[in-house]
Amino acid sequence: MIETIRSLGRWGLATFERIGRAHIFLFQVLAGIPGLAFRGSLVVQQLFYVGVLSFALILVSGLFVGMVLGLQGYNTLVDFGAEESLGVLVSLSLVRELGPVVSALLFAGRAGSALTAEIGLMKSTEQLSGMEMMAVDPIRRVIAPRFLAGFISMPLLAAVFSAVGIFGGYLVGHGLLGVDDGAFWSQMQAKTDWYGDVLNGVIKSIVFGFVVTWIALFEGYDAVPTSEGVGRATTRTVVHSAFAILGLDFVLTVLMFGG
Amino acid sequence: MIQNKSTEITVGMFVAAGIAALFVLAMKVSNFAEFNEEVGYKVIAEFENIGGLKVRSPVTMAGVRVGQVSNITLSPETYNAEVTLSFYADFDNIPTDTAANIYTAGLLGEQYIGLEAGAEDEFLQDGDVIYLTQPALVLEKMISQFLFSKAEGDE
Amino acid sequence: MPLIKIRDLHFYRGDKAIFEGVNIDIHRGKITAIMGPSGTGKTTLLRLIGGQLRPDKGTIEVDGQDVHQLSHAELYELRKRMGMLFQSGALLTDINVFENVAFPIREHTTLPESMIRDLVLMKLQAVGLRCARDLMPGELSGGMARRVALARAMTLDPMMIMYDEPFAGQDPISMGILVNLIHHMNNAMNLTSIIVSHDVTETAEIADFIYLLSGGKVIEKGSSVQLKKSSSPWVQQFMQGLPDGPVPFHYPGVSFSDDLLSPEEIS
Ligand SMILES: Nc1ncnc2c1ncn2[C@@H]1O[C@H](COP(=O)(O)OP(=O)(O)OP(=O)(O)O)[C@@H](O)[C@H]1O
Ligand SMILES: [Mg+2]
Repeated sequence: MIETIRSLGRWGLATFERIGRAHIFLFQVLAGIPGLAFRGSLVVQQLFYVGVLSFALILVSGLFVGMVLGLQGYNTLVDFGAEESLGVLVSLSLVRELGPVVSALLFAGRAGSALTAEIGLMKSTEQLSGMEMMAVDPIRRVIAPRFLAGFISMPLLAAVFSAVGIFGGYLVGHGLLGVDDGAFWSQMQAKTDWYGDVLNGVIKSIVFGFVVTWIALFEGYDAVPTSEGVGRATTRTVVHSAFAILGLDFVLTVLMFGG
Repeated sequence: MIQNKSTEITVGMFVAAGIAALFVLAMKVSNFAEFNEEVGYKVIAEFENIGGLKVRSPVTMAGVRVGQVSNITLSPETYNAEVTLSFYADFDNIPTDTAANIYTAGLLGEQYIGLEAGAEDEFLQDGDVIYLTQPALVLEKMISQFLFSKAEGDE
Repeated sequence: MPLIKIRDLHFYRGDKAIFEGVNIDIHRGKITAIMGPSGTGKTTLLRLIGGQLRPDKGTIEVDGQDVHQLSHAELYELRKRMGMLFQSGALLTDINVFENVAFPIREHTTLPESMIRDLVLMKLQAVGLRCARDLMPGELSGGMARRVALARAMTLDPMMIMYDEPFAGQDPISMGILVNLIHHMNNAMNLTSIIVSHDVTETAEIADFIYLLSGGKVIEKGSSVQLKKSSSPWVQQFMQGLPDGPVPFHYPGVSFSDDLLSPEEIS
């Protein structure tokens, strides 16, 4: 009994310590970002790995999610004779929720796990230590550019996801099911608010990008430097990112659309 | 480090695609274009009943959007709805005796405020009040009124 | 005045003591060897000197500066003047041999490309890998990787280099060349070298001074001639590599027979 409580306490302390380390890590990374102004090529390179390589996945997923939305939305709306509102339904669900959330989940799986594995492996093969001894701060040289790249990529990917998804909804709605295309676009425009809907969605994706990249890089940097440790860290990145995305999405939705 | 040229190009294309997507969301999907119009001045109108009117519902005159609803409260004295209309700066020549009605676009469509221009030479200023208002048509009310008058007529 | 002054160093890994009261002086322009059985903490000592680990007690001074009192920026400034060859090589795996050696130059200087090329080729020539410059680290053998790491440690012409097992995995020919290289660099450039190695004969040949570590303490120190004449059976066993003697080969713990006979371990 006492032993159980003790191990619970130990777990709690370890968790708090880890959260503390994650925050110190974040401050160190943020402090390294201004220096990147002179190292643009490092960021460009990471934008390639983090952003460009996730692009195809986001594009295809966005298209299909939009098409399914169009199909399901039409089937529901047509019962009320309101199929003209299909555009609104597709655009609002994508711009407010599905765009930021689904693209962040995909991003965590595609880019986040890769970041963790890469950093974890660099740690376990002493590459990070080696850099330190060459007087190159790995947080500035390796982590900060990846962080910035993730932070920049996520809102762009989410915007692409939403835009392509709306196009997918249009393809199905207009092309397949024959919704009037004037009504589709004009109703959408009338009901989708730039500040309230689109910008709030963008803010969501910026928050998600920040958190997912932070989790991914910290897990890699803090990984136990063994193959098992790196494997676990990679899994944790995906799981913790998913929790963080969905939890934060709820909080942000309440803050933005709740009142 | 030798920077691969094609890396730079694809990254450039990626960023451009992201920005283009945001642009599409702004111009084609949302009301960014209208929204960008500067809010010029605010006017209050009191309605007996606003039906399904909401904040951000459009305010139109002769079908042209001239502003939007920016606030709705309940007046503590009269128990009427106090609706704040924000006019775009361009439309600064609306007569003070303009009438405001609440209409519905289509049978199930959204509600909006339609203005009918008056004849005064003076124009509405920030903080003015529109007195000539007509409440929203509430479907249930209309039906019961109709039935009631039918019943009276039969007697 | 010594370049590195270690005083009363204590360091623990959990409950396990790695160092308990170690004093070491590393003199300028000399080659100092640190030897000891596997697992005594030689790599740990180098990491402590480099400021990557923090001692639990005691001080380490490098060039008059207490390494563990320095600010982040000062520590990095100091590290620019230290070279370190990692036991594992620690090459950056996503860039080729040439870029690995060029890495510290690119990070710390703004030299023109042609000059970087000359410098890198010079260092690679010294370790015999000039023509392997386009290989990726994954395509190198262990010994080759170590030599690339050595070239990289030398690129910035530091005031001191710490070599962690530079000879491990080298064939007799490249071993001889490396021994000469380290010796030669030390004399020609007035470099201070710290060599951690198990190759007693090679190391003793070039080392000006040797420290023997074991059990968290300095067991013996002196020049190789002095050590060879030492009366301590411990030193004799280590220097001659005899299997029997006071140095335990086994990681400390219960005896083998006790371990075999302990039934409670089987649950
Ligand atoms: N990260 C770590 N966590 C816990 N203990 C460690 C860690 N790294 C090393 N140790 C322990 O510290 C001791 C010293 O390790 P170190 O790597 O310094 O040995 P070494 O003298 O370099 O050995 P070798 O000659 O085999 O390289 C070892 O007993 C090892 O078990
Ligand atoms: Mg070692």
